[in-house]
Amino acid sequence: MILKNSWVQIHKILLKPEERTGSLPPDTKQVPFEMWDKGFLTKNANIGDEVEVITITGRSVEGTLIAVNPSFMHNYGTFVPEILIIDKMVKTFLYGGDDQ
Amino acid sequence: MKQDNSYAAVIGRKNSIMKTAVGIDYNQYEITNISFDYERLMKETGYSLAQIKKIQYSHGVGQTPLKELPNLSALARKIAPTGYGARIFIKDEAQNDSGSFKARRASIACYHAKKLGFKGVIAATSGNYGAAVASQAAKYGLKCIVVQECYDSSGIGQPEIIEKARACEAYGAEVIQLSVGPELFYTFLTLLETTGYFNASLYTPFGVSGIESLGSELIEDCLSKTGKLPSAVIITNAGGGNLTGTARGIKKMTDEKIQIIGASVNLKGLHMASDHDFNRKSFTTGHTGFGMPFMTNPDRSDVPRSAARALRYIDRYVTVNQGEVFFITETLVALEGIERGPAGNVALAAAFSLAQERKEDEIIIVQETEYTGAGKHHQAQMAFARSHGIDIYFGDPAEEIAGKSIVLPSRIDQIKAVDLDLIKIKQSAIKNQIKDWKKLTATDFVYLIAETNSTPDFVRQTLTELNVDWEEE
Repeated sequence: MILKNSWVQIHKILLKPEERTGSLPPDTKQVPFEMWDKGFLTKNANIGDEVEVITITGRSVEGTLIAVNPSFMHNYGTFVPEILIIDKMVKTFLYGGDDQ
Repeated sequence: MKQDNSYAAVIGRKNSIMKTAVGIDYNQYEITNISFDYERLMKETGYSLAQIKKIQYSHGVGQTPLKELPNLSALARKIAPTGYGARIFIKDEAQNDSGSFKARRASIACYHAKKLGFKGVIAATSGNYGAAVASQAAKYGLKCIVVQECYDSSGIGQPEIIEKARACEAYGAEVIQLSVGPELFYTFLTLLETTGYFNASLYTPFGVSGIESLGSELIEDCLSKTGKLPSAVIITNAGGGNLTGTARGIKKMTDEKIQIIGASVNLKGLHMASDHDFNRKSFTTGHTGFGMPFMTNPDRSDVPRSAARALRYIDRYVTVNQGEVFFITETLVALEGIERGPAGNVALAAAFSLAQERKEDEIIIVQETEYTGAGKHHQAQMAFARSHGIDIYFGDPAEEIAGKSIVLPSRIDQIKAVDLDLIKIKQSAIKNQIKDWKKLTATDFVYLIAETNSTPDFVRQTLTELNVDWEEE
């Protein structure tokens, strides 16, 4: 159970595939137009429930509850070794010879 | 009676929604079926350069340092003909509150919204502009909503856009994230209508005139540091506002000819509204997918008449590839000790190539950098691309196929800015402007010359080829 007033993320289908505009590439036309928003839960609920939230600007928005205390987990990704090669390339080219 | 909020009904109310949300009656600037009075729009609805600087300097924006990049210039001279390799300078716009030049645009939009008594601002952007509006809105006590195109249909978000969402939320904004598609505009209009907030569009006179201070400062900075003017300023181009505002600011400072060069990342072949292609590009702005359509049709923006009209000012338009921008972004770290976001370095990659065409005593200025961090970093972007099956390797960047490969130059002299044909772009812009009209007035004729920064003969020839009649004074 997720308690009322918890900070949550909701998801909503705004337009079904058949409701989307005509001028779309075929791959986009096959999928719905979706929305994600965050806010404070107005009633106790469970993940997957249809809920109402009050957003940070005070708007009431309805959607499916998908996360509580939604977190940002983006990072710098797995290491890209080419970056070290670029460093060596430009330093050798500018300063010449070995790093020694 | 309940208002019809269907897609068609909301789009149908577009003009009245925008009039309320921007506070400008664009109709009063229309002259004929084709032309409008651009300069009067800018003069009457914008702010003077002195006012802009006053607003910005008291709100954490502007007066960013202009830095010389001697090691990058030295690297260019290693491969340039003897005596060539201009001095490269960069305006470190990452130092603005919120970390990019977009703070200049947001500062004027938010100041104006506050002055008009709006309770909040809304911006539709997946880029730095969202954080800029959120940051400025915080300073003025305005509520803020940012609408982002963020996820593909698998729910996977571009790391750079996720980082912008984080920044916007950190500055107190509500972030509405959407899947791929132009229906974002429908959501945006619905929000403007239901909240009554100000449309902090990138394309209003406020959003564009806010950048004039950047053009003005780079001339002041260059004169005070070197005692002379730059021969060229290189500007990353997407919607055209950055180029327009910078060029207008430069023109307010000097009558000397300074070449205005636009640079975009070449994303040829990728469809901007494609769910599949969305996460196969490593640049979410500053690319040809925005640069070309906005240059040939500026009024496709979210206001009736865009104040961003790049073709009026641009002298040369070049592209660079994604691999070249990542390479130069890392070179900036390695040789100059400056770590910045890749999207702000598009013009820098072009500058490295173009410096080699200019003499050693010439100065070229790259007019922006942007902040970097998790998600918004060349390491994060390349890792994300690789995880989506993009082939990253060293080779000739000219081989790069957007959406399939990122080719890092295997030799430094392979970094080459490629010219786009401005004549064709200007012809295309004229064609878009005249639509189906078959007879133009003398006012239209003069307007098209100004819109394309061209000559009477060029417009005459283009109109003749399009089988259109016109009058001349």
